[in-house]
Amino acid sequence: MTETTEFDAVVVGAGPAGAAAAFELARAGRSVALVERGPFPGSKNMYGGVVYGRILDTLIPRWWEEMPVQRWVTRRQTMLMTGHQALTIDYRTDTWGRPPYNGATAYRPDFDSWLADKAVQQGATLLCSTTVTGLLVEGGRTVGVRTDRPDGDLRAGVVIAADGVNSFLAKEAGLYGEVSADNYTVGVKETIALPREVIDERFAVRGDHGVDIEIIGCTGEVPGGGFLYTNADTVAVGLVLSLPALAAGGSRPEELLAALKAHPAVAPLVEGGEVKEYSAHVIPEAGYDMMPELVGDGLLVAGDAAAMCLAAGVWLEGVNFAIGSGAAAGRAAHAALRSGDTTAAGLAGYRTRLESSFVLADHRKLREAPHLVMGDLAQRQLPGLACDVAEAVFQVTNPDPKPGLVRIARKQIARHGLKLPTVARETIRALRAYG
Amino acid sequence: MTARGAQGNEVVGPLGPTYPAISFETRMDSVEFRVHERPHIVVDDTICRDCSVRGCITACPANLFIPTSDGGILFNYEQCFECGTCYLVCNEEGAISWSYPEGGHGVVFHSS
Ligand SMILES: Cc1cc2nc3c(=O)[nH]c(=O)nc-3n(C[C@H](O)[C@H](O)[C@H](O)COP(=O)(O)OP(=O)(O)OC[C@H]3O[C@@H](n4cnc5c(N)ncnc54)[C@H](O)[C@@H]3O)c2cc1C
Ligand code: SF4
Ligand code: SF4
Repeated sequence: MTETTEFDAVVVGAGPAGAAAAFELARAGRSVALVERGPFPGSKNMYGGVVYGRILDTLIPRWWEEMPVQRWVTRRQTMLMTGHQALTIDYRTDTWGRPPYNGATAYRPDFDSWLADKAVQQGATLLCSTTVTGLLVEGGRTVGVRTDRPDGDLRAGVVIAADGVNSFLAKEAGLYGEVSADNYTVGVKETIALPREVIDERFAVRGDHGVDIEIIGCTGEVPGGGFLYTNADTVAVGLVLSLPALAAGGSRPEELLAALKAHPAVAPLVEGGEVKEYSAHVIPEAGYDMMPELVGDGLLVAGDAAAMCLAAGVWLEGVNFAIGSGAAAGRAAHAALRSGDTTAAGLAGYRTRLESSFVLADHRKLREAPHLVMGDLAQRQLPGLACDVAEAVFQVTNPDPKPGLVRIARKQIARHGLKLPTVARETIRALRAYG
Repeated sequence: MTARGAQGNEVVGPLGPTYPAISFETRMDSVEFRVHERPHIVVDDTICRDCSVRGCITACPANLFIPTSDGGILFNYEQCFECGTCYLVCNEEGAISWSYPEGGHGVVFHSS
């Protein structure tokens, strides 16, 4: 017989979703265990990475004074790229470098450890180096979890599965339909060491200000995208790649990444640096359309475990969605415990909370966006077309007269094998998807 | 795009050689793995022999699925990111038994 310990709630996974859930439960006075399989929170987690901290306002007032930040993002770029060209939209504002800020680069081991510690300060019990191996189920309802610890199982009124993209708990509970590789991408990234002054110089920033670059057209035959972020004394450069296309053969992830690093628009930013850490992680890419049931009897699913990462081209936001959904799960669990009904019906307030917040509102509104971004037009035609139009506009053709913008656009659209009505239709579709 | 294999030769961009590519070994040496004696992923390569897709070979970011000359797969779990790519792309039921390593073991990131 193994000994069991009883909590009001057990939260599986000390990523941002789990830490936020445990924080809200502990703040409400509930006994809560936050279980993490890594030796410390964040040790299993990688991302681009920028944390958009606005959602933290509701949990930790003036969080920016204590959050472990690498740089505050004051410059955001979107780059459309072909093998030899790049067209960049570059926005900068120093306002984002002052309280209350917008986004910050941070290392996940630092950030996740900090946020989990906040939950501990509220009274949560953090159990690291503990892998949850399955759900404890009695009479069809979840009553706790099994762990690989010799001292046994953890019983709880509510279990919150915040166990990330692979969520074996949500799958075990039957909350997912068919799982298809089509809905996932894998991210690979190099953290490259460079002296702080070199980064300041190359990216034209000062002090603790930094840059966030999203790239499209840099993944060869594989649908996906790239990113480049500045940390204090490293640069993170990586790719997000469609799983089925990668599996179809041709290129390996690190080969595509080497090609991006060699591109004339990227090489001068990263050259000479040494790879400090290589990392990889899977992303739930398809958003709203791949989400599981969010509630079971005695069970809630939050964050990437519920596919709540928003991957919509110019936006790659998962940490804030994880915190938003985790906090909502914590509050819903507390309310259900108070009412004495932790069945799926008693926990249904979770979905209502998410629907009235950005978490499901954004996902529902942007439902089409992930498909559009990974589609042929955005992947294969848009980057080349945009670059060629830019080239035709800026190239001086003397002694020939300037061709005029309308003619350039017409000519390039035709050259890229597109028809004006197609472009018009797709533009309207994109405007709708992002409306 | 021009970049040659990641096995130590120079990466050549359109502007010429830019920096030496790192070998895959050096790349993986940058990552900490606290290896547990129990393999958390087991590949039954008798099933792989009937697989025509073999998506794991190009997709695994840690390059842990090595095709053998007789149509099998050589797999070692020690330098695994625990990402999930392999079981998601594998289309042969039963080829991959996938679980997380014992608590406290496996990959440990520090600056990612
Ligand atoms: C390449 C890449 C780039 C990204 N870029 C960004 C970005 O710039 N900005 C952004 O906001 N988001 C980004 N994201 C998305 C973001 O990382 C995720 O959406 C976010 O981490 C989700 O948080 P989570 O808490 O739900 O899950 P996770 O962060 O995955 O946390 C889950 C936790 O559960 C633990 N766990 C899992 N199973 C068990 C178990 N059985 N027992 C015990 N513990 C377990 C794990 O160890 C982990 O700590 C990116 C993702 C990737 C892969
Ligand atoms: S995809 Fe699956 S069955 Fe095919 S070779 Fe890889 S592990 Fe084996
Ligand atoms: S989990 Fe990821 S890193 Fe590990 S073997 Fe599978 S694909 Fe490779």
